[in-house]
Amino acid sequence: MKLRFAVVVFPGSNCDHDAHHVAGTILGQDAKLVWHKESSLGDVDVVILPGGFSYGDYLRCGALARFSPIMKDVVRFAHSGGVVMGICNGFQVLTEAGLLPGVLLRNTSLKFVCDYVHLRVENPDTRFTGRCVKGEVLEIPIAHGDGNYFTDEETLKRLEDGGQIVFRYCDRAGNSTDEAKPNGSLSNIAGIVNEHGNVLGMMPHPERASDPALHHTDGRIIFDSLIESFIPALSH
Amino acid sequence: MFRSKIIVTLRKSILDPQGKAVEHGIHSLGYTAVKSVRIGKIVELSIDASNKEEAERVIREVSEKLLANPVMEDFTFTIEEL
Repeated sequence: MKLRFAVVVFPGSNCDHDAHHVAGTILGQDAKLVWHKESSLGDVDVVILPGGFSYGDYLRCGALARFSPIMKDVVRFAHSGGVVMGICNGFQVLTEAGLLPGVLLRNTSLKFVCDYVHLRVENPDTRFTGRCVKGEVLEIPIAHGDGNYFTDEETLKRLEDGGQIVFRYCDRAGNSTDEAKPNGSLSNIAGIVNEHGNVLGMMPHPERASDPALHHTDGRIIFDSLIESFIPALSH
Repeated sequence: MFRSKIIVTLRKSILDPQGKAVEHGIHSLGYTAVKSVRIGKIVELSIDASNKEEAERVIREVSEKLLANPVMEDFTFTIEEL
């Protein structure tokens, strides 16, 4: 059985083809690109909101993409339990759309950071991390100017208690230090899921670390976990 | 017709790194009397509404739904009849 991936293309998306290539060519699944003006995703299993600069990051990152026609169906799909993955700008769109709590503020350095970072897997019991072990360190690139995750204390506690913090920035050895976070992110948060676990948002780019041609393949375990989670006998 | 200026600023509890950077710039110019800098956005709207109350309602709604993100931003506005 092949999973059906839909990668949404907003004006200004620039990692749409990377995600499409990984889903279709590297993972061997069915993958299609869906223009943001479409009103329906069609029959799909996984929706990816890709990285980039939708609407030129005007007003706030993700604020305008959230009103693209396709987003109505993405919200419907997510609310009905469909799997949605927002990477980088996609994460920003998910917070603006209210599918994930919090917001991504400007990096405290005010600099756009394009680099490899280390992520610690905080919760291996999600459908995006089922093949990881707790505390596993992944090396995955980031490329963003607004990745400084912020939310209020009450929400942070709820995220912690509910195991919704999936990835934290850490050093090579797995320590979540202040120095290890590239953007000032609250509690070193790099990726979270919603309370039902079907919507993931993360600033790092696993799709840029999945093709062996690029020599970095730590991102692949996230996609492999996701695919495995659709196989009932193997899933958690 | 009404004209409104909406001012969107980061909430007080949120660090404004842009404001901090500008504050350092102001200090290096020698203006040490400036104690803090916060940066925001101004959005100007022209609104075709029959009365001021209706114009205000529109301003509040678009500010809450789009122009400001309540997680990190507050907004204030001025309104004048043209």
